Amino acid sequence: MAGNNNSRTMRIHLKVWRQKDKSSEGRLVDYTLDTVSPDMSFLEMIDVLNGQLVGRGEEPIAFAHDCREGICGSCAMVIDGEPHGPQTGTTTCQLHMRTFNDGDTIVVEPFRAKAFPVIKDLVTDRSALDRIQAAGGYVSVSTGNAPDGNAIPIAKDLADAAMDAAACIQCGACVAACRNGSAMLFVSAKVSQFALLPQGQAERERRVSRMVWQMDEEDFGSCTNMGSCAAACPKEIKVDNIARMNREFGRAMLFGQQREQRSED
Amino acid sequence: MNQGIVRYLSSTIGRKYLMAISGLVWTLFVLAHMLGNLLIFIGADAYNSYSYKLVSNPFIYIAEAGLVLFIALHAINGISLKMRNSRTKPTLYAVTPKSVKGASLSSKTMIWSGSITLVFLVLHLITFKYGAHYETSVDGIKMRDIYRNVVECFAQPGYVAWYTVCLVLVGLHLYHGFASSFQTLGINHPKLNTVIKRFGWAYSIVVAAGFLAVPFYVFFVKG
Repeated sequence: MAGNNNSRTMRIHLKVWRQKDKSSEGRLVDYTLDTVSPDMSFLEMIDVLNGQLVGRGEEPIAFAHDCREGICGSCAMVIDGEPHGPQTGTTTCQLHMRTFNDGDTIVVEPFRAKAFPVIKDLVTDRSALDRIQAAGGYVSVSTGNAPDGNAIPIAKDLADAAMDAAACIQCGACVAACRNGSAMLFVSAKVSQFALLPQGQAERERRVSRMVWQMDEEDFGSCTNMGSCAAACPKEIKVDNIARMNREFGRAMLFGQQREQRSED
Repeated sequence: MNQGIVRYLSSTIGRKYLMAISGLVWTLFVLAHMLGNLLIFIGADAYNSYSYKLVSNPFIYIAEAGLVLFIALHAINGISLKMRNSRTKPTLYAVTPKSVKGASLSSKTMIWSGSITLVFLVLHLITFKYGAHYETSVDGIKMRDIYRNVVECFAQPGYVAWYTVCLVLVGLHLYHGFASSFQTLGINHPKLNTVIKRFGWAYSIVVAAGFLAVPFYVFFVKG
């Protein structure tokens, strides 16, 4: 199908959020591109627009991107009200213009949440997620040779569930999609990937407690179980992980206190 | 660092536990209340006797105190979480996606269905519990004729309409609240999720329909 599209180009109207810096007021600015190839990715389409803007002596649109292979979690924009655009399970960089129709008007905005302040145009500061991760999203290991991968037997279903949770690329689309600006899908994926595996047991209570407290401190909202996060997630992380995090947090609350106390003393 | 249970319960997850538990208490209460109301179909004496047995039991005060405590916890916590969530998501998007992926009408309107239900609850207590006091006697025992209050109220079309709107909202609130409580408390399993969701759906319809059967019966059949 892509081959058939090579011969024709599309005309695309864009309304892009332009904001000079953190403290400036932003607004939607209209642009029109006449020769968009259906095989371009969404980011390549913005690259073309930026080329034109630079040629006209205007400031190019700032947007975050890195691998452009759908695995780094850098690209982050809301396309027609949906983080990463209308295609399910797809990052912005892997979204292609053939998803849209010739003559479409597409509104492009930055991720919105109090915890994600806009730095410039479509670029937001998502370092709050890094701080949550640093608060407990790790397994402490002694240095030395890497242990044999099969030394600890792990049930296939648990390994699969942990792997599904670990697919999270920390892009923040869940926060952007959530009406409450909640980061629970992200935090729950990170909690789950460890909670499901034997290596994660040692710091189990401490991890979930610290990550949740950090999440609250960063001013993310609370979960109302709407499921918009999972629907927007480019890695299709399930809300079952949030239930698991709730369970882990409750477990830490009821049974994990002595252990936590001892480590703090 | 204070690692006490208070710190856990005051986190965004802890406060959701409180929402879930207080919500489930009221979920059970509304079912019991609805089943009690259905005694009106047996007759005035059965209805009045049931009411009399309830209010003359000394444990009613403990039960009432518990219900007040849980609804207060649920309402105050719910409103303050909603305020927090409006602050953590100050800006919405310029466009609403054509398909609002995932979010149901019930889940998006919890604050409104809940607030109206709370107003309804207060007015409902004023209308019935603290309403006009008529006396009757069943088998020689003097008791309140609450049946007469019900018949008088539901003879008014305006009141029936308001009651219907409120009970539909209660059903809508229950629909999201039921499954949501289990998710919040971490009771979740691939095999269980569909069952919980369907049961919650049936539960909210049965509760709302059961309550609504009374005004419709009084207004259309008796009136």
